[in-house]
Amino acid sequence: MSRHLTSKAGLGRFSLFSFLCLVFLILAVSQPGISIAQVDTFEFETQEQQKRFRALSDELRCPMCQNTSLSGSTGGVAEDLRREVHRMIMEGMSDEQIEQFMYERYGDFIFYKPRLKPETILLWFGPLLFFLIGAIVLVGIWRKAKRMDAEPVVVTGESKNRLDALIAEHGRSKAAAENPNE
Amino acid sequence: MSRSFAFLPVAAFVLLALVMWRGLYLDSKELPSMLIDKPMPAFDLMTVDGNSVTNDSLPSEPFLLNVWGSYCLPCLVEHPTFMRLSESGEIPIVGVNYRDQKALALNWLEENGNPYVFSILDEPGRFGIDLGVYGAPETYLVDSEGVIRYRHVSVLDETVWREVFEPAIAELRAEEAK
Repeated sequence: MSRHLTSKAGLGRFSLFSFLCLVFLILAVSQPGISIAQVDTFEFETQEQQKRFRALSDELRCPMCQNTSLSGSTGGVAEDLRREVHRMIMEGMSDEQIEQFMYERYGDFIFYKPRLKPETILLWFGPLLFFLIGAIVLVGIWRKAKRMDAEPVVVTGESKNRLDALIAEHGRSKAAAENPNE
Repeated sequence: MSRSFAFLPVAAFVLLALVMWRGLYLDSKELPSMLIDKPMPAFDLMTVDGNSVTNDSLPSEPFLLNVWGSYCLPCLVEHPTFMRLSESGEIPIVGVNYRDQKALALNWLEENGNPYVFSILDEPGRFGIDLGVYGAPETYLVDSEGVIRYRHVSVLDETVWREVFEPAIAELRAEEAK
């Protein structure tokens, strides 16, 4: 009985591995696509400023349309916020200052990458936590299966009698199958 | 040992189910305002009628600040509630005419009635950004010191008035009477 179980656990281990591979594959190919930027006629003095503008408006989230960045949204607020980002860049404010400006008005929601603080710890480390729980369970199953493999199977009493009878039966039918003429 | 561990998957399932059950009833559209318990942002703007207003022009008692626009259909839905409140004098209402055009705003007030003490003209939406507005309609409850106490996103109808604003205003007035 126990033999039977271990071989099943071995099979389970293999399919679990394939399953994990599949999950990683899906995650790898389903990266959020690059959003199509809205066309604004903002003017910049340097390439650096333009690069910063693009980076910021890709990183900041439109508060109205939720799953779009500022750069990808046609929403009214997004338009206003892009204008503000442009103004602040031209006024010489740093990226940190601009992010702080947005945070003071729209909170963590405005960032695709929320700040690390007590309220966002679960958001940041929740996936890791679930991964660890999964890993612990996986290792537990694996160790148990290995232990069962190592243990000799001891059969006694009524079970032993039945097992002996089955083996004898099997031996007879096998012999009969190999030598059908006898 | 392994016996107690047998309940672990069930416990994990129940925990996850509870979290997700709660998630079903959370409204991800209602973002918490960053301005709760903060003073209203400073402004020096014009009203839709062409008067200049600053923070000093705000009522010196608890009032509602309603963000509206003539293009905004839900604003029309909540409009009768504001009309009723202003007619009965229950609480002063200050408007913020958000990302609109002055002529259209005036026309809208003419057509539907004007429940506002005054409406701040915010054509470029710049004051809206300072308030953390992301779309009309939004309604703020502001105390007599000009501190924002509550924000409601989307339509403020009679039900929301009765269940949310009325108790909140009663509580605020009781607190201020002390």
